[in-house]
Amino acid sequence: VSSGDTHRAVLKPVSFLRQVLAVCVYPELLEDKSLPLDVKIRAQKLLEACDGGSVGSYTASSGLSHVRQSIAEFITKRDGIPSFAENIFICAGSQRAIMIAVKLLASGEGTTRTGVLIPAPCPHTLYPLLDEADVVLVPYQLMEEKGWAVELDKLHQALQANRRNCEPRAIYISNPGNPTGHVQDRKSIEEVIQFAAAERLILLVDEVYQDSVYGKDREFISYKKVLFEMDKEYAETVELVSFHSLSSACVGECGMRAGYMEVVNMDPEVMYYFDNTLCGDISTPVTGQLALDLMVIPPQPGDPSYDTYIQETLFTLATLSHNAKRVQEFLNKLPGVSCQPAMGGIYLFPRLHLPCGIKEQAKVGNVPKNDVLYCQKLLEEEGVLAGAGQYGGITDSCHLR
Amino acid sequence: MSATRMQMLSSRSVRLLSRGRNEMLAGRSGAQRPGGDPRTRSLTCPPLSSSSSPGRALSSLSATRRGLPKEKMSENGIMSRAKVLTIDTMNPTVKKVEYAVRGPIVQRAVELERELSEGMKKPFAEVIRANIGDAHAMGQQPITFFRQVLALCSYPELLSDSTFPEDTKSRACRILQSCGGNSMGSYSASQGIDSVRQDVASYIVRRDGGVPCDPNNIYLTTGASDGIMTMLKLLVCGEGTTRTGVMIPIPQYPLYSAALAELGAVQINYFLNEEKCWSLDITELQRAVNEARQHCNPRALCIINPGNPTGQVQSRQCIEDVIRFAAKERLFLMADEVYQDNVYAEGCQFHSFKKVLFEMEPEYAETVELASFHSTSKCYMGECGFRGGYMEIINMDDEVKDQLTKLLSVRLCPPVPGQALMDLVVNPPQPGEPSYDTFIKERTATLSALAEKAKLTEQVLNTVQGISCNPVQGAMYSFPRITIPEKAIKEATEKGQQPDMFYCMKMLEETGICLVPGSGFGQKDGTYHFRMTILPPTDKLKILLNKVKEFHQRFIQQYS
Repeated sequence: VSSGDTHRAVLKPVSFLRQVLAVCVYPELLEDKSLPLDVKIRAQKLLEACDGGSVGSYTASSGLSHVRQSIAEFITKRDGIPSFAENIFICAGSQRAIMIAVKLLASGEGTTRTGVLIPAPCPHTLYPLLDEADVVLVPYQLMEEKGWAVELDKLHQALQANRRNCEPRAIYISNPGNPTGHVQDRKSIEEVIQFAAAERLILLVDEVYQDSVYGKDREFISYKKVLFEMDKEYAETVELVSFHSLSSACVGECGMRAGYMEVVNMDPEVMYYFDNTLCGDISTPVTGQLALDLMVIPPQPGDPSYDTYIQETLFTLATLSHNAKRVQEFLNKLPGVSCQPAMGGIYLFPRLHLPCGIKEQAKVGNVPKNDVLYCQKLLEEEGVLAGAGQYGGITDSCHLR
Repeated sequence: MSATRMQMLSSRSVRLLSRGRNEMLAGRSGAQRPGGDPRTRSLTCPPLSSSSSPGRALSSLSATRRGLPKEKMSENGIMSRAKVLTIDTMNPTVKKVEYAVRGPIVQRAVELERELSEGMKKPFAEVIRANIGDAHAMGQQPITFFRQVLALCSYPELLSDSTFPEDTKSRACRILQSCGGNSMGSYSASQGIDSVRQDVASYIVRRDGGVPCDPNNIYLTTGASDGIMTMLKLLVCGEGTTRTGVMIPIPQYPLYSAALAELGAVQINYFLNEEKCWSLDITELQRAVNEARQHCNPRALCIINPGNPTGQVQSRQCIEDVIRFAAKERLFLMADEVYQDNVYAEGCQFHSFKKVLFEMEPEYAETVELASFHSTSKCYMGECGFRGGYMEIINMDDEVKDQLTKLLSVRLCPPVPGQALMDLVVNPPQPGEPSYDTFIKERTATLSALAEKAKLTEQVLNTVQGISCNPVQGAMYSFPRITIPEKAIKEATEKGQQPDMFYCMKMLEETGICLVPGSGFGQKDGTYHFRMTILPPTDKLKILLNKVKEFHQRFIQQYS
């Protein structure tokens, strides 16, 4: 239960998505009588967008223009604010997208080396990624007692502590939070945007779990929407890159490796390099790109596949919501464990108050941290694989993901 | 020479990835730092194609012609807040990276296609993209068996569909069982799905006539490019005169020069011999490495066999010689073998570097470090869009292997559909199985069509005065040499363009044919070439070749 892999955990894929992909991969299925009409129509449209009508062709490096357009339409609909295809860059997963964005803004050396603010805790995949991008990590604490909320003080603290050993240039944040499950409200998002503007930081916002907010009285608002509804001095200037991918909760097609970033208010000359860098990847896997299209433009009411689609999505959301509540309650009843409620996403991040003895054992066994040792034992004794909190950057207390 | 000589890639010399590191590991991005040592810059980069820069900076704005409204800028002069990220403040290495195959000439081709579709009159009815090795885009048909199995894997409910042959179903089941949750949507292990790696190993054993292959040495990758890039990352380190140098062929596939530019490695060019059908000369390798030792630390030697863009297929003897050379000069061998099934010329045969290595004396077989790359994008499959690939690593230090695994895990895993496809490629239908006949028919048709087109291309181009084309022994391209009149060279220089870029741009505007100028791949000074794929269907290819002929004759006349 440590990785964000919903299919492995046996949540089912979206039927419509898989049906369309099957037809795109083997177009003879267009004649298949068992497949719904909307599946065939969509598959045909997608195949027309592919070079030579085949998913085996390369695409433009930033992605099929048809899919970029679909994503722009999705974002426009979601936020009520125009989004443009040329600002959308499709990559092999949000990991790749984040890497490209960070690499673009990384420069300097020694004390002028670029720094990136990252939350503690953060996704366990972020450390190795930023390490490879060769930037300085500037962690800011999230407030566990407040459900892992972002607090301005902590942001400032992190900046102050690191101004002398690097040049902070960007702030990474995930909303809904990974691994915390915290969902920011508008005010919180505005604060972060104002902070980024004042401190001249580029916003890197990971919104992969936007489709799974289940907390009461919480809803997902995109950073872009909030930004554009602020004053012009922010809306027209703050540089923002938002990330999304197939690894979302309801779609969960992690293995297909496709995601995108929307780049806003970026210098046009710099925009060129987003595409140029992507040329080295040649193109994102085409089945993944098509799956993105199907994710952002699902069946509509009235379509033959609509009912099944809604059922499947609601089931996934209900399962997540139900599990989040149950697991949190259960964990809170365990001695030495406390768990903040999650409002979205697919993880919980309980805290472990471990006895002193384990610290000794960790030292003896040369294990880096207590929570790592705990996870090792959990795996060996119960066959349950959980993630250790220290890999998400929490070093002075013990947590599980 | 001791048989147990120390392996070159001991973990001391490889950058160790560590968490939250503040200090720069020596020379990580050393070469491109502001005020950094200029000697660490790439050694005489072959002139990369470059059209005038307005085309570049404005390319991101070209979308406005599509009628899409542009992002609003602060036009009311509200707050001229300087951007955090500008051309001057961004990563300097990123700016150095250029990909000729997708460069300005392709951008122009895309524009022309758009203009045509909008009804603008042109001297041609369609743009023919003979620039990129994309078989399906040019009409090559996929292998039915592969697509059937992949469809079943995508939507397993189809397993009850009677139109699918039994062998496709059993294959799909086998693949799905090795995926987490029986779904292609699950992440796989970073190194790739176990059973696929085992199948790849078995394929290599069969291909190489029984030479053993350990599945633990197989890494599945996102196309071959991913593997090549990762290996280069491992190899590049040092600073100044100890900065890693990587030997690459000229002409080369531009991924290599781009990767080296991005990594700040020193590019060491060795020239292939055009007069001898683009063969590799050890004396030339020696010259290149000797010269390079004066200002960098040569550590790797890249070979593309069959060659891109040249198509030459190395003889067994040549491969042995290269291995001995690499051993002597302590170079890590990178063997790009993605075109291994694309061999057409009589008397030519594909020999894998691995096989040749293992059949040499133990002092080589047990010590020379080698990485071989393959992918699903070429050969008879042409499945570029799936981004399937693998690399086999031989004789690598164990600690370095651990670092390799760590590096690969950053991108989580290669695309699972691509892994599944690779499994089918290395494990195709066997005699007696229901899909066998169709499979063989399709594969043979594709490969023989390519062989025919290779010959046709060589023949027709050689009838043109001023064009001389070496035999296309393998791969998917012709790389003919063209003579460009002085007058044209002058005009090109005045425009700030490479002469062969000037030539290709003119060809594009007048005929709609999109080729890539030789300057994008590298060539001997004073020579000019272009790369053209042999992928269009035969009848179209004939028309294409004639148009090229006519254009060339016109061009010569115009500039004589």
